[in-house]
Amino acid sequence: MSSSSPAAKTERLLNLVICLLYTRQPLSKQRIRDAVPQYGQATSDESFDRMFERDKDELRDLGIPLRTEPLDPYFDDEPGYRIDRREYALPEIAFEQDELAVLGLASRTWQQASLAGAAATAMRKLEAADVERDTGSIVGLEPRVRTSEPAFGPVKDAVLKRQAITFSYRKAGGDASTRHLQPWAVTNWHGRWYVTGYDQDRAASRAFRLGRIDGRVRTQGRSDAYDIPADHDPVQQIAGTEVEREPQPAVLRVRAGAGNALRRRARTRSEVDDDWSQLDVDFADAEMFADEIAEFGPAVRVIDPPELIDAVVRRLTGARDQNLEA
Amino acid sequence: MAVLESATARLSRLLTMVPWLVNRQGIDIDRAAAELNVSRAQIEADLNLLFVCGTPGHLPDDLIEAEWEEGRVFLRNADTISRPLRLGRDEAMALIVGLRALAAVPGLEEHEAIDRALAKLTEAAGESAGQSDRVRVALEEPTVRETLETLRSALSRRRRVHLRYLVASRDEATERDVDPMRLVNMTSHWYLEGWCHRAEDVRLFRLDRIEEASVLDRDGTPPAQAQPRDLESTMFTHGPDDRTATLRLQPEAAWVVDYYPVEQVERADDGALTVQIRTADIAWLRRLVWRLGGSARVVAPESMRREVARGASDALGYYGRKSPTD
Repeated sequence: MSSSSPAAKTERLLNLVICLLYTRQPLSKQRIRDAVPQYGQATSDESFDRMFERDKDELRDLGIPLRTEPLDPYFDDEPGYRIDRREYALPEIAFEQDELAVLGLASRTWQQASLAGAAATAMRKLEAADVERDTGSIVGLEPRVRTSEPAFGPVKDAVLKRQAITFSYRKAGGDASTRHLQPWAVTNWHGRWYVTGYDQDRAASRAFRLGRIDGRVRTQGRSDAYDIPADHDPVQQIAGTEVEREPQPAVLRVRAGAGNALRRRARTRSEVDDDWSQLDVDFADAEMFADEIAEFGPAVRVIDPPELIDAVVRRLTGARDQNLEA
Repeated sequence: MAVLESATARLSRLLTMVPWLVNRQGIDIDRAAAELNVSRAQIEADLNLLFVCGTPGHLPDDLIEAEWEEGRVFLRNADTISRPLRLGRDEAMALIVGLRALAAVPGLEEHEAIDRALAKLTEAAGESAGQSDRVRVALEEPTVRETLETLRSALSRRRRVHLRYLVASRDEATERDVDPMRLVNMTSHWYLEGWCHRAEDVRLFRLDRIEEASVLDRDGTPPAQAQPRDLESTMFTHGPDDRTATLRLQPEAAWVVDYYPVEQVERADDGALTVQIRTADIAWLRRLVWRLGGSARVVAPESMRREVARGASDALGYYGRKSPTD
């Protein structure tokens, strides 16, 4: 096994973790070099130093609390290293069967999302000592979220670290612009992910849909760079942005036997003739309603309002022109 | 499991795996592999690696004892790492956010268990628990509350239900008897998964398309062959009658790739995507293309492209808009 292979490195890091957990007193670098056999392969002091520095950083990145303490309380010229077992280990928590069952259900929230791995690992840790989980005891109700937006990972990290970000954002109309944000919260609302925070360009709090972020999310400046207002209410911010407009009335005609979803929502319905029924349906957003109506193709016809007719005609014209003979 | 696992990712996995195995002495190796979501070959490689690690000195008594002859795994002399590492930031967050989402599900009877689990988890997670406030899943008050409660009660009492269900893709109302299996919330919609006696198969029903649900006075235990499906693929149940269609999507229609399982995606230089979608329901695809209004072209089959163009042209006729060929 070559000393640079990933397996050899895992072996070295594992021995280092065990060695630092095992010791009660902080160990000097030299003692560690002697105690971890894989460090014997370092050909010089410099190469050992480099290797050890990198290993230390990587362990800390994994969340392992590696402490640096003076070797001798009277002379702090040489640092020593150890891992405190109590700090390292998950506290012993005894979960009841029903608690583990709801935890298992909670972990499945992320089954189709980028946090699926983290959720599964967390469950394995919590269940390390609990051999049997009674999953049959809970009736199957399962909330699920997806994180198909590529921006989810970097934005979530920035929110947790309180670190400013910059990204390119597409407006509903399609224009993209560069935005600078101190993110406060990531929220899934009506099935979509949003980030809320302090928009540095507008000097006000704003909500952004993650699905409209184009390309890379870049971090700016240090972590823990700002405070999040204690009264920040992301749902209110998002709902205020995604305006729920006053419903307006539309008049539609639907072919016999068709447009069932529209018939269900209709306030009133009358039969025009054997082929067509007329419906009064309320809608909030003409563009969204036009999406729905266009789906029915020739089975639905809009009578009123003109704004809705235009939106439907635009879609159907596009669909027709795109699908003509090549 | 990723094909290329980094040395630190593997270390992290081993530090979770060791406590899990230590508490399950003699576990069948294939079962361990399945529950830990790795291959048997991977577990064997991991045990081989653990076997050469240990406390300083690395004499035989210092090393971890790993044994898996006869297909049963024994792991001993691993005291230093026999407790799992504390929950990482994402791990704690995934469970806490999931539990809070679960707590918001209407009609759930396990609120007390959720509160207890949340309290214990928050204590165990320490600082990362506070950060978890910044990620939220806001399940809105469902418009289908009554249906949800009817079905949940049928589910917990193991009763068959009768549904009047709208098949939106075919724009058709259907009647069927269903043995409920679970209720799932995905992308802000509630679904019932159950054994459908009409289809004699497992089916997924969107609650807002259930026009009427009544609980029958009959046992609703699903037959043994009714297995919950991977929910991504149930969105499209693949069968022998499937046809494949090829669509060319403009960048603004790229969301289709995230919402529906597509077989193959090719990205052109101009950002357009060519995707293959396999489905038994070609009518559904035709409707999708109308809705996409010009941001999608049917590449194949030719017959579907013509149907889309003809349908759009017919619908435009209602509005007195001439087709370009007139």
